[in-house]
Amino acid sequence: MIMAAAAGSAGLWYLSRGSGLVLLMLFSAVVVLGVATRTGSAPSRWPRFAVAELHRTLSLFAVALLLLHVLTAILDPFVTIGWAATVLPFVSPYRTLAIGLGTLAVDLAGAVLVTSLARRRLGQRAWRAVHWLAYLAWPAAFLHALTAGSDLGVWWVALVETGSAVAVAAAVLARLAGRARGGPRPPRPVPGPAPAGTS
Amino acid sequence: MSAGARLRVDPIACDGRGFCLEILPEMISPDDWGYPIIRAAEVPARLAAQASEAVWLCPRLALRLDAPDRSRPRGTPR
Amino acid sequence: MTTAGRTVRSAGQGGRTAGELPRLLPGPWAGPATLASHLARHGPLPAVGRGAEPRRQLIAEVGRAGLTGRGGAAFPTARKLAAVAAAAAATGRTPAVIANGTEGEPASAKDKVLLAQAPHLVLDGAVLAAQLTGARQATVVAHGAVRDIVDGAVAERRRIRYDPVPVRVLTAAGRFVAGEASALVNWAGHRAAVPTAVPPRVSERGLDGRPTLVQNVETLAHLALIARRGAAWFCSLGTPAEPGSMLVTVIGAVRQPGVREIGIGTPVGDVLALAGGPAAPLTALLVGGYSGTWVVPALVATAPFSVAGLRGAGASPGAGLVAALPAGACGLAETARLARYLAAESAGQCGPCLFGLGSIATELAELAAGRRFDLSRLRRWLAQVDGRGGCHHPDGAVRMIRSALDVFPAEIAGHAGGWCSGTRPGAVLPLPPPARR
Repeated sequence: MIMAAAAGSAGLWYLSRGSGLVLLMLFSAVVVLGVATRTGSAPSRWPRFAVAELHRTLSLFAVALLLLHVLTAILDPFVTIGWAATVLPFVSPYRTLAIGLGTLAVDLAGAVLVTSLARRRLGQRAWRAVHWLAYLAWPAAFLHALTAGSDLGVWWVALVETGSAVAVAAAVLARLAGRARGGPRPPRPVPGPAPAGTS
Repeated sequence: MSAGARLRVDPIACDGRGFCLEILPEMISPDDWGYPIIRAAEVPARLAAQASEAVWLCPRLALRLDAPDRSRPRGTPR
Repeated sequence: MTTAGRTVRSAGQGGRTAGELPRLLPGPWAGPATLASHLARHGPLPAVGRGAEPRRQLIAEVGRAGLTGRGGAAFPTARKLAAVAAAAAATGRTPAVIANGTEGEPASAKDKVLLAQAPHLVLDGAVLAAQLTGARQATVVAHGAVRDIVDGAVAERRRIRYDPVPVRVLTAAGRFVAGEASALVNWAGHRAAVPTAVPPRVSERGLDGRPTLVQNVETLAHLALIARRGAAWFCSLGTPAEPGSMLVTVIGAVRQPGVREIGIGTPVGDVLALAGGPAAPLTALLVGGYSGTWVVPALVATAPFSVAGLRGAGASPGAGLVAALPAGACGLAETARLARYLAAESAGQCGPCLFGLGSIATELAELAAGRRFDLSRLRRWLAQVDGRGGCHHPDGAVRMIRSALDVFPAEIAGHAGGWCSGTRPGAVLPLPPPARR
């Protein structure tokens, strides 16, 4: 009986950590695709709208997997995290900082998700302002993976984490470089008495 | 659904990103500067799904599907 | 007074309707426009009774007068007043009134002259429009050159609490598209003077989200006179379909360029005569504005200066501009200059306008310089730009350029062969210096 419970708990434990690792890859892919949608990279191989659609589809997958990841962590009887910690960061008695970072990532990504679903009603400007939080959500998720996971010694876990970081960093650098170079179109005029400006 | 609706672009919001050109080439073609020209025809039933997708996906929310016969009549004040 | 580097004289009295004109302008220079001189000439503005019925009746009188907008679109004023009043009643929001004295058209001077010489007539009209729509304030957006005069007139009225609603004055943004209705609403709301997407129309949702009446200052001046003298008087000038008088600016190769007041429907030749007649044989006229239409002078000499009269020539009175191009000037060079100006005046919000007009202007510059150019590509670009902007700025530019292609075929052939028929140096049509960016 105790063995079965222990095995069940171990199962939840592995499910939680496994889903966390896959989530990190998924989330990183979503960020990279989001950047690619904007910079328009790989237009010859794929139409740009397909990149945008993949970004959207993968983010929805990630949300589903995130539910699994959070549920398995909360339901695991061997660690006490508490339901409050699913939305309130830094209230978990177990590894407060590490879990808190994960909660922060969930909160930020949740805001991005909700505003994206309601984009037409919210309008472009509000949606865009919230979407920037994705650049905060990913580091929070990454740091959560580093601190909450204890498998850094395993080589393929380290590979996944390094690869994710490199991919996102490369995408962000490409975006910044594209911005510095200036787009193919002149910037839009900003509100105010002076005509034209940078946006 | 959106069959029979009129597809319109808001030229001020449009940035020429080109998603709609890829999704709906049957109805939208690029001008010489990459901006979409929408044929004034209504959306046929077989393209309804693509039209909705183009509207949803536009990164600038510049596309709109209007119910049929709702064009702004000429000669109305601004 | 001098505006835009030219001396502008007050209205002449020529034409078949001598003695009835001028109505708006004070005629021979009678000193600065004070409230006292204004009242001495026109009498007091009748008070609008309280309640909806007196307003409805006065709007109906304006409808019988057939007053249309003098800003270029010629929309029936009574209908616009009623629409704003109705939108206010339907939404429960207090409407707003904006008097449009921007005069973004660089060669037009009529709004500046009107505000300088008859500011109280415009203010009467603005206040009246506020009363007719239920607005609690009137905003006057005035061209920078006449801002001080308008301020003085408003101060004079405020000192004796002359108006039932307050009037605030803003200086216009000074760009070509700044006079467009939604751009004006944006400017009055302290944002950039660029057009916004329509729908919703400003008459339904404009300044601060309220139903907004945007009316050219000349239209409001006519409104102020109709309230005093009635529809029948207003219709004693002009044509049955387009009654009343209008202000026109005549520039270019005429002996006395300036602003004149004419009865609508005056033949174009008579309009030129009012400005002293041509100073040289003319090759072309640019009618309506810099985004108007080039026409051959002989074809329109007897055409009435009205929407109906000019339709046959593909033109329209527009903002009341007539620019005379003398023989020896190159119509293509002028067109290329105007196209470059209009392209630079794009608000920059819509790709087809911003890039399309730019490409078109560059192509016309090549044509004007006698270098290689592609006429079929130019025509394709004109078709791609027409109607695809957020406002009608690109449409006007396309119209002007298409008319140039029709009116100057000989010049086009010459330039394609590498030579120009122009003999006089320098440009004819005035343009302001390039705007700072």
